[in-house]
Amino acid sequence: MKPDDFDLVCRLVKDRSGLILTRDKAYLLESRLMPVARRRGMKGLDELVGAIRGKGDEALLREVTEAMTTNESFFFRDIKPFEVFRQTILPRLISAREGKRTFRIWCAACSSGQEPYSLAMILKEEAARLSGWRQEILGTDISTEILAKAKAGAYSQFEVQRGLPIQLLLKYFKKKDDVWQIDPALKSMVQYREFNLLHDLKALGQFEVVYCRNVLIYFDQPTKSRVLEQISRLLQPDGVLFLGGAETVLGISDKFKPVPTQRGVYCLAGATQSLAG
Amino acid sequence: MKSCLIVDDSKVVRMVARKILHELNFETLEAADGSAALDICKKQIPDAVLLDWNMPVMDGIEFLRALRKLPGGSASIVVFCTTENDIDHIQTAIEAGANEYIMKPFDSEIIQAKFQQVGLL
Ligand SMILES: C[S@@+](CC[C@H](N)C(=O)[O-])C[C@H]1O[C@@H](n2cnc3c(N)ncnc32)[C@H](O)[C@@H]1O
Repeated sequence: MKPDDFDLVCRLVKDRSGLILTRDKAYLLESRLMPVARRRGMKGLDELVGAIRGKGDEALLREVTEAMTTNESFFFRDIKPFEVFRQTILPRLISAREGKRTFRIWCAACSSGQEPYSLAMILKEEAARLSGWRQEILGTDISTEILAKAKAGAYSQFEVQRGLPIQLLLKYFKKKDDVWQIDPALKSMVQYREFNLLHDLKALGQFEVVYCRNVLIYFDQPTKSRVLEQISRLLQPDGVLFLGGAETVLGISDKFKPVPTQRGVYCLAGATQSLAG
Repeated sequence: MKSCLIVDDSKVVRMVARKILHELNFETLEAADGSAALDICKKQIPDAVLLDWNMPVMDGIEFLRALRKLPGGSASIVVFCTTENDIDHIQTAIEAGANEYIMKPFDSEIIQAKFQQVGLL
């Protein structure tokens, strides 16, 4: 791909999603865009880039952007963030919201659904303490294609073996041919919605718990700051934010502070008390 | 160093598993069927067992039931690693006392993830 063409696509993808593509990712770009060109009956990347230059075709621009997202996810990814939720956050949430008996959780870049479904399984396991509660799990992502997979709740053998304890597989999945299908009751606990983190997030409402894991790593500093700032406004005063293992707020946003002793967990900078302690 | 007994009738599978487990800092023992594995366990109960299902002489599930009856045999963490990938088999394994279950094919990532889940890592 010509440097000019590469730059054009990079700019497009960054403007639309925040994702940064460096020059050493040229091979990635080509291998991801070839299928897009093929699906549209184009001869090759030159024709595709031509069409992007021509602008106008919103569907194409969206498809190109989506093609550049990395959607890898596992159930109970990194274990710890989910243990912390079950052992610390949830009990505190239950006592802090005893009056209202309602809470909302947001998975801000939920990809194929493993993260929200992991949380749904935890809530299901604790159902006895939550009877009569209104619980909401919202999963959003920029990619409509990956959201369709999340909604389908169908996973390969490979996917269900990464992070999902076998007891939970048995309990919450049925196998049909080679596909592991998630339990409809669990599926109904999660709402999915297409949402771009670069857009105004206000419409999503307020949340007690936000998982924004393994997406900020793909953004540059100013974009990270902006997204964190927006998230801080959606968080309840005692709410908590989970970031990915390679992500932090330090040096990026002063809206949050790390929760001591809980790696990867953050609360609002001004909070005197949070659901994490 | 924790010990892991690899039970599989395939030499190749044992070799692959051995390599992965050494990288994860396990000391490994090997057996080609359940009966040979049981003999090893009678001398010393390993911290972990990576267990195939279908093997000559004594299969994995029979071995597991026998292991659980040995003195100290309930302490060993047993992870099945088999091509049997239907719910009935998994259910049977759990009921017999398996701690985790890997459906083949496996790689180091899956072994590591499963061993982490059961607290071996
Ligand atoms: C690696 S996945 C992370 C999935 C999950 N949170 C986890 O930790 O396993 C990153 C996801 O971020 C999504 N994404 C990238 N840019 C986005 C944006 N601007 N707005 C919303 N989602 C975005 C991608 O589509 C992708 O599904």
